[in-house]
Amino acid sequence: MSVTALQTPLQPPLQPPSREAGGSAVRPAAGAGAPRPARWPGIVRAVAVTVVPPLLMVLLLGLFWELLCSGPGATLPPPSRIWADSKDLILDPFFVAGPQDIGLGWRVLVSLQRVAVGFGLAAVAGIALGAVVGQSVWAMRALDPLFQVLRTVPPLAWLPIALAAFRDSNPSAIFVIFITAIWPIIINTAVGIRNIPQDYRNVAQVLRLNPLEFFWKIMLPSAAPYIFTGLRIGIGLSWLAIVAAEMLTGGVGIGFFIWDAWNSSRLPDIIVALAYIGIVGFVLDRLVAGVGSIVTHGTQAA
Amino acid sequence: MSAYLELSQVGKTFTRGAASTEVLRDVSLDIAKGEYISIIGHSGCGKSTLLNIVAGLTRATTGGVILDGREVNTPGPDRAVVFQNHSLLPWLTVYDNVRLAVDKVFAGTRSRAERHDWTLHNLDLVQMTHATQKRPGEISGGMKQRVGIARALAMEPKVLLLDEPFGALDALTRAHLQDSVMQIHATLGNTILMITHDVDEAVLLSDRIVMMTNGPSAYVGEVLEVGLPRPRRRLELVSDATYIKAREAVLKFLHERHRYVEAA
Repeated sequence: MSVTALQTPLQPPLQPPSREAGGSAVRPAAGAGAPRPARWPGIVRAVAVTVVPPLLMVLLLGLFWELLCSGPGATLPPPSRIWADSKDLILDPFFVAGPQDIGLGWRVLVSLQRVAVGFGLAAVAGIALGAVVGQSVWAMRALDPLFQVLRTVPPLAWLPIALAAFRDSNPSAIFVIFITAIWPIIINTAVGIRNIPQDYRNVAQVLRLNPLEFFWKIMLPSAAPYIFTGLRIGIGLSWLAIVAAEMLTGGVGIGFFIWDAWNSSRLPDIIVALAYIGIVGFVLDRLVAGVGSIVTHGTQAA
Repeated sequence: MSAYLELSQVGKTFTRGAASTEVLRDVSLDIAKGEYISIIGHSGCGKSTLLNIVAGLTRATTGGVILDGREVNTPGPDRAVVFQNHSLLPWLTVYDNVRLAVDKVFAGTRSRAERHDWTLHNLDLVQMTHATQKRPGEISGGMKQRVGIARALAMEPKVLLLDEPFGALDALTRAHLQDSVMQIHATLGNTILMITHDVDEAVLLSDRIVMMTNGPSAYVGEVLEVGLPRPRRRLELVSDATYIKAREAVLKFLHERHRYVEAA
């Protein structure tokens, strides 16, 4: 009786400090507690668990596809024919056999270069505009309706205007990337900045930080998680838009390759190009997410 | 006694559309250099608003604040605030949080090495030199508050404003920090204005306790001189007659004459 009566009231006041210290205290204990021999099989198991299911699924879908498209009336090539016809494209992404006969790796790089320029500009302009809209109520009132209307315009609808303005296909494609990626960056940055805790603003006021210092020292780090959400959506949309834009503007990019292959009825090449685009898009998304998690490390652990 | 920090007839009315609420009315207070003043009152009596007005974060509707012969109505490092929830920037280390303030305040007057030493010196004052490279998320609530105090001290403020600095801490940690603040006050002789709702804390730390009536339209109900000699020791005071009397006076004010009414 007396023992339980003593223990129960003691526990609540002890909990908060132990929870605070938990972050640093638990980690070494967990590392030391894990038995060494069990470690390797653990990693192998973790890799197998993440890799095997999708691999099996791909094999299964490939088999289904092969069966579906092997008939005499099939309109699309089966995987076996893609392998036979486009082996060079799959195996060597970086061959150069002529001015227009180059590996898909080179084409992807050309497209990536356009995305890098367009997306880079969109990131700088989007964060700056988002900061203005998030910081000033009047800027938000004036600009938010414009943004909400313009962001619904499909990327390719901008292309004729861009072509008319720039009179060249490359800057037009870059402009389409820019205009596609900028909206989610603006909107997410503005939300992130509107959500900066009043405490941080008070600190900035007491320290008399000037607007530039406030932007670098408080705004950017505080809104970073939101900004990176915007950048991630933006890079995804950019990659969507570049393929469509290149189909229309021509050049060396991966989008034009698809269009070119379609015109010369090389369906297997198109399917290989689709796989390239998918994988590169996935890598881009992971890349931005990875940078984001490194940069925002510690931001939320208040 | 000449006033170093003077609040003269400070009033604050919050207006929202047609509705307006008077939070503070005619709050006047003269604080001498080196004095430790506590403002105590029930929650909602506008004591935080009063502190924000002194800090310059909120503007007074009527009256004004004069510090060292000059009127103040914008925030500045001469009135450093220790916020209730520490308000450290979570993406900076303990050192960088203090260094940010040091760099801002002493950019033109001290060299890089001097600013580095000054940052460490202030972290040393609050016994936090062991955790300079930790982030706020990795240290306890009491430690965060220590860093908050170090940041405020590092600005060499004319007056230090403490907004319920120990309110969110457990009793033991709070006692530790109170002792630290007393020590710092004894060493540096800062002028301190502290908001609190803890009667023992107010009596232990203050030279004078300003008791606020309940809001809306709160005013200074009574000012109590705590005639206890310094340095004060927590354990010795428990049975000290002056301490008990002061404590009783504050408790009576808060719970007899100005009882907290839930509906108010």
